[in-house]
Amino acid sequence: MPPILAYIVSCFLLLGAPAAESIGGTLREGGAQGDPVAGVVLAVSDASGVVGTGVSGDDGSWEVPLPGPGTYRVSLDVQSLPEGVALRNPDRTELEGVEVRAGQRKSVVFPLGERQVETRSWFTRLANLAAKGLTYGSIVALAAVGLSLIFGVTGMVNFAHGEVVTFGAVVAWFFSTSAAGPGLHLLWAVPPTLLLAAALGAGLERGLFRPLRRRRTGNVALIVVSIGLSLLVRHIYLILVGGAPQPYRQYAVQTQISLGPVSMPPKALFITLVSLAVLAAFGLMLRHTRLGIALRAVADNKDLAEASGISVDRVILYTWALGATLAGLAGIFLGITQTVQWDMGFILLLTMFAAVILGGIGTAFGAALGGIIIGVATEASTFWLPVEFKVVVALAVLILVLMVRPQGIFGVKERVG
Amino acid sequence: MDLVKILTDSLRAAIGVPAAAYALAATGLNVHFGYTGLLNFGQVAFMLVGAYGTAVTVNEGGPLWLGLLVGIGLAVALGLLLGIPTLRLRADYLAIVTIATAEILRYVTRSRALQSLTGGVFGIQKFANPFFDLNPIPPGRYGFGTFNFSHRQLWVMAVGWLTVGLILLLLTVLLRSPWGRVLKAIREDEDAARSLGKNVFAYKIQSLILGGVIGALAGMLLAIDTQAVNPDTFISILTFFAYTVLILGGPGRILAPVVGAVIFWFLLQFTDGVLRGALEAGWLGSAIEGNEVAAIRFALVGLGLMLLMILRPQGILGSREELLTDER
Repeated sequence: MPPILAYIVSCFLLLGAPAAESIGGTLREGGAQGDPVAGVVLAVSDASGVVGTGVSGDDGSWEVPLPGPGTYRVSLDVQSLPEGVALRNPDRTELEGVEVRAGQRKSVVFPLGERQVETRSWFTRLANLAAKGLTYGSIVALAAVGLSLIFGVTGMVNFAHGEVVTFGAVVAWFFSTSAAGPGLHLLWAVPPTLLLAAALGAGLERGLFRPLRRRRTGNVALIVVSIGLSLLVRHIYLILVGGAPQPYRQYAVQTQISLGPVSMPPKALFITLVSLAVLAAFGLMLRHTRLGIALRAVADNKDLAEASGISVDRVILYTWALGATLAGLAGIFLGITQTVQWDMGFILLLTMFAAVILGGIGTAFGAALGGIIIGVATEASTFWLPVEFKVVVALAVLILVLMVRPQGIFGVKERVG
Repeated sequence: MDLVKILTDSLRAAIGVPAAAYALAATGLNVHFGYTGLLNFGQVAFMLVGAYGTAVTVNEGGPLWLGLLVGIGLAVALGLLLGIPTLRLRADYLAIVTIATAEILRYVTRSRALQSLTGGVFGIQKFANPFFDLNPIPPGRYGFGTFNFSHRQLWVMAVGWLTVGLILLLLTVLLRSPWGRVLKAIREDEDAARSLGKNVFAYKIQSLILGGVIGALAGMLLAIDTQAVNPDTFISILTFFAYTVLILGGPGRILAPVVGAVIFWFLLQFTDGVLRGALEAGWLGSAIEGNEVAAIRFALVGLGLMLLMILRPQGILGSREELLTDER
């Protein structure tokens, strides 16, 4: 097919010749003529640790620049392989002792193929998918809580919420990995990132949405404004980060650990536990603190809350800041489990809508539970359906819920219609 | 920087085929949003079924006219499928479901399961030859100076803008009829229309289908012009471009999509030309690179959409009183 050839050739032309040493290759499924495999994370390390990471592009090619000639170890993150694709030799996730001479572009090969005859039982496979889904779902839940609460207190559907998620991932990438950044360890990048995310949320409310509410701008106009904001911010990310997916310098590739039938990298376990803990803490905050009670009062009935002496504007401001913080954290987690990408939040947005509507829009608990259900359901669906239908499953759930029970699991009926 | 060339390029874009296609897509949205008050965020889904209906039919050996009919039929079916579960819901829910449906359709079209029919991620090429065989314009370039078009471009442009004209005529008649007045009544106050015995739901479905079919025509025009369909051209940004076009012109005005599309494409091409010109002249230093110009354009469209909605939601032609953007 000539157009494809032309595409591949132009890719090589665009890449140009790197000045120094590098390790690279092309990942294909089932030999040199197979389909390229994109989005696989690879890391190159020497005796002192990881020196660089790369992600395979749409044509399956990847390349990691090196600091200089020497002996390196190349490892492939099995988690990042698409479902149904596996290493021909499952134990060969790492290539030891790859020698690179001065000025050399070393090519290495990871033979990939269809998953060999599935040796694991269906139970183990489902359990693994469910565990993967729980990790993804808890990230969706973190992000969706803010979306739902902002709707609860302001009545606005924020189509730019996905960009708040990306904000967290991108700022943490800047602090930890970007060549222009200070190069902090990812863990140290988290606190300033969350502070900035909170400031972003508060800034959007103070600088944009509160003035618009004051002008009695209607719901429909606010939705269109948030769409415009999403377009603007997303493409600023594209300019800043570039189009290619970027892994963080830390935690990109890890060896799997086993917990009973389930095996996962430690980072997935950590992220799941932290997300669930943060959600629980947030739930307790909503239930027992003054702010939480005020927030729920405003979500329930704005006028009544105002009349009983609650400063509605301040509650809305705090909700924006809190929601954006949670979304920023979700962005960092998503960047760790997948990669940082300029449109990652926008891709997540529809899944968040599915979660929020499943749980009942406006409620925090519903959004959290909806997120986890959607996460598990989409991952588990790959047991029966091709992996490319993952998003379709989430959106089908969304449409089904709207047809059967539009107020969601925990919603109040009169909110809809 | 060659200002004359940038200006002629922008003028060419302002009356080119994409401008006609966006005028059509925005006309569909005008029926939905401007006249009935439906917040359809999935206009690109109608464009996709129009384009793919045509391309797949021709690719499977059918004639072009049948392809166009299939595209229109698919748009009607999509309108029914989309409308029945969602039109009873509030505006924001309709927005979410329509954008979700558009994404579902895109994923299904590019899936490997349907690759034999839709061509998967590679799409379908070279299906509109019968259309170009009909071209009565003798080969050559027409125009003056750098402002010129090939006979092929002129043919698509003529058909495209003629379609726009016919649709606008049809809409003028329809919207002045009692049917059109009920649509506006629904936009102004749904409950009032219902209390007068109008079947609001049926009118909304009809509006969704009418606007959707016009959107499908826009998709066909884009597909025929490039002789190619690809699932990844039908992303939701297209819908929001069409909204920008509509709001620029003024929702609820018949001519708004045309005015909006011409100005939108002029500005889009103009900023592109100026940015690239400044880049070549080295005025921007290393601040941006060539491949970032497209991203800057998209960002500017987003900013423009925001500012329009905040500062002048009635666009160029509209009137503020007739808008559903203020709280009531």
